[in-house]
Amino acid sequence: MNPFINGSLAVYRREMLIFRRRFKRQMAGQAISPLLYLTTFGYAMGGELRFDGISYLDFLVPGLVAMASMTQAFAIATDINVARFYWHIFDEFQAAPISNGSYVAGEVMAGITRAFMSIGIILGLGLLFGVRLHYGVLFWLAILLNSFFFANLAVALAMLVKSHADQSLLTNFVITPMAFLGGTFFPLDRLPAWLQHVLGLLPLTHASTAIRSAALGHEVHWQSLLLLAAMGSVIFPVAYHCVNRARD
Amino acid sequence: MIAIEELYKNYGPKKALNGISLTVERGELFAYLGPNGAGKSTTIRILTGLTRMTSGRASLGGFDIETQVTLAKHQFGVVQQYVNLDQELTVFENLDIHGRLFGMSKRARRKKVDTLLAYIEMEDRADTLVKSLSGGLKRRVTIARALLHEPGILFLDEPTVGLDAAIRRRIWALIKKIQQQGTTIFLTTHHIEEAEFLAQRVAFLDNGRIVALDTPEHLMESVGHWAVDQFAGSEMTTSYFKTRQKANTFKAEGEFTLRRVNLEDAFLSLIGRKVQS
Repeated sequence: MNPFINGSLAVYRREMLIFRRRFKRQMAGQAISPLLYLTTFGYAMGGELRFDGISYLDFLVPGLVAMASMTQAFAIATDINVARFYWHIFDEFQAAPISNGSYVAGEVMAGITRAFMSIGIILGLGLLFGVRLHYGVLFWLAILLNSFFFANLAVALAMLVKSHADQSLLTNFVITPMAFLGGTFFPLDRLPAWLQHVLGLLPLTHASTAIRSAALGHEVHWQSLLLLAAMGSVIFPVAYHCVNRARD
Repeated sequence: MIAIEELYKNYGPKKALNGISLTVERGELFAYLGPNGAGKSTTIRILTGLTRMTSGRASLGGFDIETQVTLAKHQFGVVQQYVNLDQELTVFENLDIHGRLFGMSKRARRKKVDTLLAYIEMEDRADTLVKSLSGGLKRRVTIARALLHEPGILFLDEPTVGLDAAIRRRIWALIKKIQQQGTTIFLTTHHIEEAEFLAQRVAFLDNGRIVALDTPEHLMESVGHWAVDQFAGSEMTTSYFKTRQKANTFKAEGEFTLRRVNLEDAFLSLIGRKVQS
């Protein structure tokens, strides 16, 4: 087998074994937030609320999907951090004859898998709340591109931080604001123009737009998908570079 | 074979390694001794690809560690001073992942894992979660993992740190067994009796420099054969003698003991302080 693929699969296999061992609690943990959002924002508060002729629940579920594809893909940063600073597993990878590119690819695949699992839960919960959407190719493509970007970002930042505390700070300052402002919970066209421009720079904004359009059966803006693909093609070499720099 | 030439490592203004040169022959058990911060782990980290050297050259099994990285990495296994196993995985899974990282086939992995678990006398623990193992058993698993891809060189960085005396002896027996089967072993330790018991040659390292390199016997002979420890209050001074007769005639005042010189004495007289200072 190609050494790059072999190395990536070994890293991915490790992550999946750990994921399998934590499966029940991980799945339960991933279900809680969307369940709360659907109950409070969608069901209790949003029963009468409609945007552009669609119910708030129909609006909210694609937003939650976009948000989960970001947060769950990015969550591998914490696992990488623990493996690096606490268990020193990163040393095992560094001493093995695999390239740093293989390492990044393996971790990114794990992040994407995690994101897709989480999205499965959200869609399942959405069905329970009576939400029926379109799950075509572009819907999944937008999720894939978004989770690819954030999994790479997770690897890059996990290599740059010096402690667990730094990692939490990054999540608080980068991911949490994006989760709320990236077009997940409300339409951005109600915000001032300048803020819309600023939020237009966020990958999650484009992911939310593309995922929601695809889920509602509307035309998907190719610009959003292209932008996510372009960001992904830039962030992979950045993550690779950060892993290279992690050797002291 | 391990060859190191003029190895330097700087952390800012601090020189962690200051021109290390040495050669370890195939099948040799070589101990690298020094107090904390002497540069032992830094040397291993550089040789195993975890840390960049500032300058110098090093090769493992004839492959340059900077220009032939992948080939060099196939030559060695490493046991770090901390247990870097996946605690949430079983013993088998930890070993299996290692085999995958080294591109071993499924059949080869399974066969080698079975062999190694028998070798470390843990064949009944394959499906045990690592987190439920004792410190000594975890250490044995890290050694098995390092041997899984059949490397010619084994780096052991403080392999018995934190283990009690009985378990330490079992690990020593295992290390001896591995070396007797032809593996080159590069051992760092600050348990001086570990080096004395195991090593064929010993290097004393201090402040990033090798201050002595020889067989344990020659290093000890350079000090003498007999030592007299004198205790006066909380102070202890040691005098060394070539013969027991001279030691016996030494007029020590107060409480004293006569004993054979050990490697710690050689270290102390060359470096001026104890290894575990």
